[in-house]
Amino acid sequence: MRLPPFQSLVDAHAAELHRFLVASVGPTDAEDCLQETLLSALRAYPRLRDASHVRAWLYTIAQHKATDAVRRNVRHRAEDLDGVNPGHLSEPPHETADEELWTRVRALPAKQRAAVIHRFVFDLAYKEIGLRTGTTEEAARQNVATGLRRLRMEVDR
Amino acid sequence: MTELERRLARPPASAPFDARAATTVLVQRAIEAGLADVAYGWLDSPLGKLIVAVTPRGLVRIAYEREAEEDVLQELAAGVSPRVLRLPERTDAARRELEGYFAGTIRRFDLPLDWSLVHGFAMGVLKATARVPFGHVATYGELAASAGSPRAARSAGNALLIKPIPIVLPCHRIVPASGGIGGHGRG
Repeated sequence: MRLPPFQSLVDAHAAELHRFLVASVGPTDAEDCLQETLLSALRAYPRLRDASHVRAWLYTIAQHKATDAVRRNVRHRAEDLDGVNPGHLSEPPHETADEELWTRVRALPAKQRAAVIHRFVFDLAYKEIGLRTGTTEEAARQNVATGLRRLRMEVDR
Repeated sequence: MTELERRLARPPASAPFDARAATTVLVQRAIEAGLADVAYGWLDSPLGKLIVAVTPRGLVRIAYEREAEEDVLQELAAGVSPRVLRLPERTDAARRELEGYFAGTIRRFDLPLDWSLVHGFAMGVLKATARVPFGHVATYGELAASAGSPRAARSAGNALLIKPIPIVLPCHRIVPASGGIGGHGRG
């Protein structure tokens, strides 16, 4: 088993992982998520069984970190609202059409969110999406289709 | 492609990715978490640009420019730990001693060494080599004897071909009993 030096993974994949995370959680949380991803990967790296799927492995970790961040944000928003009279809430800040779309992408269930991003932002084939999301090619196709249907319903309302 | 799919292909804009900043933070956290198993940096020396690699135990590898960096890092990943990080600050102590040695202010290295890349007989030979003082030489036979095998001069010579830590392990101070300078002039 030959694992390449970890630094070569960082050099080869950090920029693209960052793009994936910006799409997944937005630019503010992407930096933190990237650090969490790389640190978790570094910790687990010596136990990695198959060096040929190291990139897919990194994306699987990034997807989990993104999901954690999304959950954290939802919880914080809920806590912010505790004890506030709903009548006093101001209107949410106005979002452009694209900002609204990406907010909805981020709200998708984890596997759909990751699959949609891999499919459209990175233009990947379903087989590779399956590898990167820890599922099969068929499940990846399903996740993209379901996510897309959901987005279409919400955006075209 | 639908309009929605076209819009999804244009991800949200963000500040350009700063690889250096990202690595700096990662490296800091890796050290705090005790995950920086191998750290490497470079040193400009009279013998060319050297790669210097250290572990928490000590100096583990010095490589000359003629060795491909990729191969050296792969050797460290396979022989020590795959957690290899570019982390020049961690090699400062080793680099300072090497600079002093090249400047002529240091004659004896005082660095802890990590012997992870050396095995078996070669370890005894290289440890014996490390005891040969500045300005002295030893023969392959003498080296073999202090490694416990007085008749293994040739094996001792071969052991010196594996030199993970040249300069600090003074292979250049080892000579054949027949005279001459041996095959390790640069190492």
